[in-house]
Amino acid sequence: MSQNKNINLGYINLFNTHIIPVKFNYHAPQTLEEALNLLNKLKDKARVIAGGTDLIVDMKLRRKEPEHVVSLNKIRELDYITVDSLGVKIGAIVKLRKIEKEKIIRERFPALYEALKSMASIQVRNMGTMVGNICNASPAADTAPPLLIYNATLTAKSLNNERKIPIEEFFKAPGKTALKEDELVTEIFIPYPPQDSHSTFLKITRVGMDLSKVSIAVLTKFNGSIIEDIRIALGAVAPTPLRIRRAEEFLKNKPLTEENLKIVQEIVAKEIKPITDVRSTEWYRREVAKVLVKDALMKCLEEEGGR
Amino acid sequence: MEKKKIIFKINGVEKTVEVEPNKTLLWLIREVLKLKGTKKACERGDCGLCTVLLNGEPVKSCLVLAVEVDGSEIVTVEGLSRDGELTPIQKAFIEHGALQCGFCTPAFVIVGHWLLNRNPNPSREEVVEALNGVLCRCTGYRPIIEAILDVAKKRK
Repeated sequence: MSQNKNINLGYINLFNTHIIPVKFNYHAPQTLEEALNLLNKLKDKARVIAGGTDLIVDMKLRRKEPEHVVSLNKIRELDYITVDSLGVKIGAIVKLRKIEKEKIIRERFPALYEALKSMASIQVRNMGTMVGNICNASPAADTAPPLLIYNATLTAKSLNNERKIPIEEFFKAPGKTALKEDELVTEIFIPYPPQDSHSTFLKITRVGMDLSKVSIAVLTKFNGSIIEDIRIALGAVAPTPLRIRRAEEFLKNKPLTEENLKIVQEIVAKEIKPITDVRSTEWYRREVAKVLVKDALMKCLEEEGGR
Repeated sequence: MEKKKIIFKINGVEKTVEVEPNKTLLWLIREVLKLKGTKKACERGDCGLCTVLLNGEPVKSCLVLAVEVDGSEIVTVEGLSRDGELTPIQKAFIEHGALQCGFCTPAFVIVGHWLLNRNPNPSREEVVEALNGVLCRCTGYRPIIEAILDVAKKRK
């Protein structure tokens, strides 16, 4: 409690809902340009809020103490899902729940759909955004493994610049991204996966609402019994969500035999760098990652067989 | 830290309030508007006891900044009954004994209302999915699920 300097324990019942111990100035720009101007001026003194489900918890725990909070929620131009011949574009303030309800997501991006459905609760999905889930850069972000296997691209804008960042280059460390302090992710673009490919998402949690202990997304495209395209991404097993390129390279142009499956499991176990924390031990995460990679590949294979 | 003026509707009544940016919607509801049906518990989005409807959708009010509800419409458990009569869901909770200490009940009632408005005939799985975001630590979920399913059945 020592860090909650503002709270006099004698009056805790009077103040018991006065719970963000951080004082900040609140900005609610109406346009993207206004928001970028603010970030250009305030730089690292500002934190961006969209859903708030991460930032508000962090401020309550004093993990983040911004002087300024810039809300994106009044910027209508960031609230869109557009579908074209190349894929789907999702704006920065679109709620997770809205993405999950989009028909095209269920039909063409099943791994993302399953990840969204599995996240927290309906309330939290009504609040949180996918761009926020990615920018918060938790190793356990559930939308990260699906976005990694679908080769999503982020659009980052600053007052004077705009660039595209492949999602694989975005995560740097827990809570750290490739984003500069005056940049804002305005959009996620998800290209359609290859025709006739299959993809799936699995995760292990203690109870449904908890953060993932281990999560995985896999995409396969078979040509007969041969794996023509394979993408494997895991969450909560390293400082960032990650693609397991070595496992993909090994499986490419091979059949999914029991022997190959075993080798892939070993490669995955070697490539990941899990930690021991409140949710799991390092050993457990490594073992479960092996099980999940097998389960996810078998699920794709079953879908291929049942096609 | 500058106070902001916000205008919003709560349980059908328009309110204008000046609020500091570091206050939550939960604080606004309980400490300013004195509507104590919405409960404060974990304060970090886990338990769901502070659930209210924001523009018709359930959210956890402990993780919404009060300044952000400017222009919005909020419904709390106090806004559900009409003319002093309990709603069918509230009656069903009593009939089914779907509460013990009662602390989580307002949140379950709110979510139940939202669900049946959206989906008048939900499956058991859909009820379970909707209730997933609210925790009960004493009575268990079965009577709560059954109370909601019972209301749907009786309406048919």
